[in-house]
Amino acid sequence: MRHRLWHHPALSSLLLLLTWLCMPAMADEDSAALETAFELFQSKSFDHKAEGIELIARSGHERSKTILEALLKSRLFIKRDDKQIVIGEKLGKQYRINSALAAENLGTIKKRKLKKVGINNNLRRQIRTALATIDLSHPDPSVRLEAAQSMTGKTDQASLDLFRTILKLEQDSKVREALLNALAIAQLDAPDPQERLKAIDQVAGNLDPAIRAKLAHLEQDKNYPEVAQAAKRALDSIEFKLQIFSVLETLFFGVSLGSVLVLAAIGLAITFGVMGVINMAHGELIMLGAYTTYLIQQLLPDYTGVSLLISIPAAFVVSGLVGILIERTVIRFLYGRPLETLLATFGISLILQQLVRTLISPQNVPVSNPEWMSGALEINSVLALTYNRLYIILFCLLVFIALFLILKRTSLGLQVRAVSQNRDMARAMGVRSARVDALTFGLGSGIAGVAGVALSQLTNVGPNLGQSYIIDSFMVVVFGGVGNLWGTLVGGLSLGVANKILEPWSGAVLAKILVLVFIILFIQKRPRGLFPQKGRAAGD
Amino acid sequence: MNSLNLLKDDRGGQIFLGLLLLVAIVVPVLNLAVSEGHPLHLSTYTVTLTGKYLTYALLAVAVDLVWGYLGILSLGHAAFFALGGYAMGMYLMRQIGDRGVYGNPELPDFMVFLNWQELPWFWYGFDQFWFAALMVMLVPGLLAFVFGWLAFRSRVTGVYLSIITQALTYALMLAFFRNEMGFGGNNGLTDFKDILGFSLQSDATRIGLFLASAAALALGYLACRLIVTSRLGRVAVAVRDAENRTRFIGYKVERIKLAIFTFSAVLSGIAGALYVPQVGIINPGEFSPLNSIELVIWVAIGGRATLYGAVAGALMVNYGKTYFTAALPEMWLFALGGLFVLVTLFLPRGITGLLRRKEAAA
Repeated sequence: MRHRLWHHPALSSLLLLLTWLCMPAMADEDSAALETAFELFQSKSFDHKAEGIELIARSGHERSKTILEALLKSRLFIKRDDKQIVIGEKLGKQYRINSALAAENLGTIKKRKLKKVGINNNLRRQIRTALATIDLSHPDPSVRLEAAQSMTGKTDQASLDLFRTILKLEQDSKVREALLNALAIAQLDAPDPQERLKAIDQVAGNLDPAIRAKLAHLEQDKNYPEVAQAAKRALDSIEFKLQIFSVLETLFFGVSLGSVLVLAAIGLAITFGVMGVINMAHGELIMLGAYTTYLIQQLLPDYTGVSLLISIPAAFVVSGLVGILIERTVIRFLYGRPLETLLATFGISLILQQLVRTLISPQNVPVSNPEWMSGALEINSVLALTYNRLYIILFCLLVFIALFLILKRTSLGLQVRAVSQNRDMARAMGVRSARVDALTFGLGSGIAGVAGVALSQLTNVGPNLGQSYIIDSFMVVVFGGVGNLWGTLVGGLSLGVANKILEPWSGAVLAKILVLVFIILFIQKRPRGLFPQKGRAAGD
Repeated sequence: MNSLNLLKDDRGGQIFLGLLLLVAIVVPVLNLAVSEGHPLHLSTYTVTLTGKYLTYALLAVAVDLVWGYLGILSLGHAAFFALGGYAMGMYLMRQIGDRGVYGNPELPDFMVFLNWQELPWFWYGFDQFWFAALMVMLVPGLLAFVFGWLAFRSRVTGVYLSIITQALTYALMLAFFRNEMGFGGNNGLTDFKDILGFSLQSDATRIGLFLASAAALALGYLACRLIVTSRLGRVAVAVRDAENRTRFIGYKVERIKLAIFTFSAVLSGIAGALYVPQVGIINPGEFSPLNSIELVIWVAIGGRATLYGAVAGALMVNYGKTYFTAALPEMWLFALGGLFVLVTLFLPRGITGLLRRKEAAA
C-alpha cells in the first residue's frame, strides 16, 4: 500500500522536487534517511528542516511517527556536546532523553546541554500532514480509518489534497467512506456558496453524524438562504432515511424477540395444540435443554462452538426422553381432562426445578457464548445487527422448517395430524394412537429442549429459567391459534414486534403489560386465536 | 336457624364449623390466659400463622366456588386476593401518618422517596376505614365483573379462560412492580403501625385479627353454602356439567357465571384484606401466577366441590409447607410436586373424597 502510494506520479514528482538535495540518501537504508534528516535539523534554515521532515515522513522507518510527533510537540532536541538528536521528556529541572533513532535511554541531562529543534507554523502544518500520511498509508485498515476519522472536520488544503490522492488508491470501503465524508465536510465549509450547494447535493442521504451536525449548522446560515434551504432539504432526506433505519432496527429487535418466543412456544404448540395437553412443565423442559448445554460445555470447556452444536441434538434427546417419560407415567391417564393435566404437569415442573437445584446448583450456572456469536454485522453507521440475534432468528426458522417438514412430510407427522383431528377415526384406521401420543409429546418436549439451547445463549441459565417463559409461551400459542404451527410463528413474531414497537414510548414493562392486555382482549374477539384449527375435533 | 338448614346435608361443613368454633375459642385462651413458658401456651407467632392460614382457607373456598361448582379454573384468583390486600395496605399506610421514616403526615414514605409532591387521586379516601373496607370488596369485584363480562360474553371457556386469567394476574404483577403505579413498586406496602387505633404489634390486636379471620371464614363458608344450595347454585352445577344444554334450556349462562365469579372475587378480596395486617406486608409478588396455581392445588388436594375440602386442603398444604421448609427445605418442592401428581392421578376428588368413600363403604 505504502509503496504504491509513493509511486503515484503526481505525488512522487512533488516529493522529488522537494527533496532533490538528498537524492543519494533515498537509495540507502531507512535509518540512513533519518540520519540525513537529523543532519538537516542541525541547520537553522527552516527550508532544510522541511526537507528533513519530508525525508523522515518518506523513510517508512518505524520511529518516524514518534520522531515527528516529538518535533511537533517541541520535544526534539540536539545534544550540544555530540550533536545527537534526542527526544526529551521534562523531569523536574532536568530532561530524560532517549536517542531519537534507536529509542535507547540516554539517562537524564541538564536543560542547558540541550538545544531545541525549532519549528514554525509552516513546518507544523507540514508535520501534521506528514503524520496523517503515515497513518493514512498504514497497512492496517483500522489505523487508516481512525486517522481519517480523527482528521474529519480539521482538514486544511494540504490534507484535502492528500485525501484526494489517497482516495485514488484506497480500496477498503470503510476508509474510503471516511475519506469521502471528510472531503464533503470540508467542502461544506467552503467559502463559495456555490461550492457549498454542490457539497450539500453530494452529502444528501449520508448518515455520518458529523455531516448531520454540519448541515444543521448550515441550515441556520442567515446570509445565504439558498444554502440554508438546500441544507434543510438534505437534512430532511437524512432524517427520513434515519427513520427508515430505526424502523428496520425495531423490526429486527422485534423479530429476534419474536423468534425467542416462537422457539419457546413451538414445542408447546405441538403438545398443547395438537394433543390438547396443557403442559405446565414445558418451561422446565426448556430449562433441561439449557442445562444440557451447560453440562456439555463443562465436558468440552475448550470447544465452545463445537459443544454448542453437540448440545442441539443432545438437548433434543434429553428433553424428548423426559417428555416421553412424563407422557407415559402421568399424562396418558389424564387425556380428556385438560385442567387436571395442568395441575399434574405443574407438579412435575416443581419436581424438575427442585431436581436441578439439588443435583446441580440452586444458583444460575454460567454458559459461555462461542466467539462467532459475539459482535455485530454493521450495515451502516446507524444500523448494526448483532450476531447473536441474527443466529437466533435463523435458528428459529430452521427449527420451524424442520418441525413443519416432520409434520407434513413424514408418516409420524401424518399420524400426529390424524390423531389431533379425530382420534377415534384415526384409531379406526389403524393408527396406534397411544404410541403417536408418546412420540408427539416427545417431539414437542425435544423441541423445547432445543429452544433451551438457544435460550442458554441469551439469558441466565438457572432453575427458574422455565418459569419465566411459560406464560409467554402460552400467550403465543393461544394468540396464534391452538393446533397451528403457522399461527405460532405469526403469533410469536407479531407479539415480539409489537413489544419492541411499544417499548420506546412506554418502557419495557409497560409494553409487556399492554401486550398481555391486548391478548386478553383479543381472545374475547377471537376465542380460538388468529388461525383457529379447522376440522371436526375443533368444535367440542 | 337458616344456617342450620344450610348445613343439614353437609356433615363435612358441620364438622368444619364446629372445629373452627373450637379453634376460635381455644387459641385465644391458650395465647392470652395461659402464661408464657407453660407447655400449653400458644405463641403469638403461631396465632398469627393460624390466622394467616384461615385467610388462605377463605381464599380456597372462593376458588372452590368457581372451580368446583361452576367449572371455571381460574389461574388468577391470587390477583383478587392481592387487590383486596393492597386496598387494606393503603389504609394501613395512611394510618402511619407522620410516624414514617420521613415524617410526612400526608405521603407514605415511598412517595416521599420518589419525590412525589402530593397524594395521587386513587389514594384519596383511604385514610377512612369504611372507605378502605368498601374498596377491599369493590376493586376485586369490579375487576372480576369487567373481566368476566368480557370473557363470558365471548364464551371464552376451559383452558383458554384459565390462560387469560393467568395473563391477567401476570399483567397486574408487572404493573404493580412499577414505581410509577403509586403502590410502592418492588417493596410494596409495609411498616404498618396500627389498625383502627390498635397497635398491630400487640397480642390483643393479633387475637382480634385472628378472630376476624375465623369469623370471615365461617361467614364466607356459609355464604358459599347458601349459594350452592340455592337455585343459582344448582344451575351453576348444570353450567359446569353441560354448559350448552343449560344455555339451550333458556338460562342466561353468562349472568350466572358472572354473578358467582364476581362474588368469589369479592370473597378473595376480603381474605386478602385480612391477610395483610397479619403478615405486615403486601407486595407485587402476591400477584405471581405461581401463587394462583398453588391455591388451585390446595382445593384439588382437599377435594373439589365440597367447600370444606378447600379449607382442609389450604390448611394441610400450608402447615405442610411451614413444616417442610423449616425441617427439610430441599424436600418441599418434591413433596408438593409429588402431591400434585399423585392427587390428580389417584385422588381426583381430593383427600376429603377419600374420607367420604370410606364413609360410604362403612
